Amino acid sequence: MAAQSPLRQPPSIARRKTAEAMFKVLGIGSLAIAVGTLVLLFGTLLFQGAMRIDWQFLMSYPSRHAAQAGILPAWVGSTLIMLVTTVVGVPLGVAAAIYLEEYARRNWMTELIEVAVTNLASVPSIIFGLLALGLFVHILGLGESILVAGLTLALLVLPVMIVTTREALRTIPVEIREAASALGASKWQTIAHHVLPYSGAGILTGIILALSRAIGETAPIITIGALTFIAFLPPTPFSTQPPYLSFDWLLSPFTVLPIQMFGWVSRPGEDFASNAAATGILLVGMTLTMNGLAIYLRYRMRKQVSW
Amino acid sequence: MNHADALHAYEAPTSLGAEARALSFSYGSQLALKNLSIPIGKNQITALIGPSGCGKSTFLRCFNRMHDLYPGNHYEGEILLYPDRCNILSAEIDPIEVRMRIAMVFQKPNPFPKSIYENVAYGLRVRGAIARALLDEKVEQALRGAALWDEVKDRLRTQATSLSGGQQQRLCIARALATDPELLLLDEPTSALDPIATGSIEELLLDLKQCVTILIVTHNMQQAARVSDWTAFMYLGELVEFGPTGRLFTTPSKKQTEDYITGRFG
Repeated sequence: MAAQSPLRQPPSIARRKTAEAMFKVLGIGSLAIAVGTLVLLFGTLLFQGAMRIDWQFLMSYPSRHAAQAGILPAWVGSTLIMLVTTVVGVPLGVAAAIYLEEYARRNWMTELIEVAVTNLASVPSIIFGLLALGLFVHILGLGESILVAGLTLALLVLPVMIVTTREALRTIPVEIREAASALGASKWQTIAHHVLPYSGAGILTGIILALSRAIGETAPIITIGALTFIAFLPPTPFSTQPPYLSFDWLLSPFTVLPIQMFGWVSRPGEDFASNAAATGILLVGMTLTMNGLAIYLRYRMRKQVSW
Repeated sequence: MNHADALHAYEAPTSLGAEARALSFSYGSQLALKNLSIPIGKNQITALIGPSGCGKSTFLRCFNRMHDLYPGNHYEGEILLYPDRCNILSAEIDPIEVRMRIAMVFQKPNPFPKSIYENVAYGLRVRGAIARALLDEKVEQALRGAALWDEVKDRLRTQATSLSGGQQQRLCIARALATDPELLLLDEPTSALDPIATGSIEELLLDLKQCVTILIVTHNMQQAARVSDWTAFMYLGELVEFGPTGRLFTTPSKKQTEDYITGRFG
């Protein structure tokens, strides 16, 4: 009977539409706060520091005089450290992920390792700094060097890389793996010829995003003893005399962009504040460039591999 | 020899390509195949039919040791591959060695997201073939064998995934044929295809049996009746009846077979 139907008195359409409108306002408001903060932050940075970025600033050493100071050692330091982090972190992270995802037998040991890796990704970065101070600086005696900073950041990004690489590997359908196996491919051939190439875009995106997070890391670098004022460059890796390549730079003291920025922020005076802002712009610029590269690579490789 | 044995002897292929003998298979603690003995006639098409979950795909996947990709499986009995009567389930035989001799085509077309050429050449590359001329020749031969050559000869370098579903499945057949397998396994190869594409695959299979022994799983009884020389009807992991296709579909000797082929269950 119609009279007893639960739908007898539906809530009025007008009321339901009001609720919808309210949610929209709430959503737009939240978005505005998030985007607004970002715009404000970057705007202030640009306003304070954009004028300061010029050739002199990029190619000079730090100085007591704000106008003569520059960030040459900082960006060289950051670049070299990222190089070490990439060379050490990427192969380790990808290999560990491949092993865990493709080879490891499912048992309590792998479960434990998985939990540990996931948790490691969320450990505060200063803890990695402490570990590095104890292990690399004190026990292995590698000094407060570029090598130690690079290794520390490699450890820091390792769990993130493992997690994102595994996710990328998991997107390759089992049908493709079975097709390769059925043609006589060994497990490694299946991985090398199919799984890795097809998941390359995802793996690369994860790597770049992890590295772009590492480039701004300050806490662990301070912990291992980076200098805030440094007036020289590490030795060049190339030379005109045999053996042409030198790795002395690995053991050189260093500073990095975020530490240089921190050093200037803590100084009194408008001029140093604008130096700090200019450094901030470069740092944000480097991060955004890396993120942009990640997006571009993902787009390009997705076009190459169409399912 | 009593009458039943004589009948059985008559109702088996005279020349064998392969043979399952007392084959049992289990995943973990679950027994999926129970004591199956099925002869596979050389250069003939043997169809496996039965309701979903009867173990026909599981049986098929024993032939190229596909189960070995996953943990927790156990084979008993043997599968002999002729002419050398090699037991491909034996522990001394590497599954990769088996897959070098026995090729498989899957339910859903699964081309690699590479070019058409690279798809067909992949099995050869795995076997170490790098000579350009040899690869070109084998790829063309395989694509002709799969009746796909005329459709793709001008675009061998385009992505295999740009082909239609039916073409993709014929590409998968070409990919399987390129390495000259002795036995071709097909796991419901037309279940994802439209009737026209299905028709062309069935025609192809009838041509192919001249050069390769075929074992096909199908959920489609008409298909089994149209293409196969021998049919095995399986139910709940057991072989109910095996016989020449014409005889099995017209005068099944078991009640269960009759019920299934007349559509009373399944």
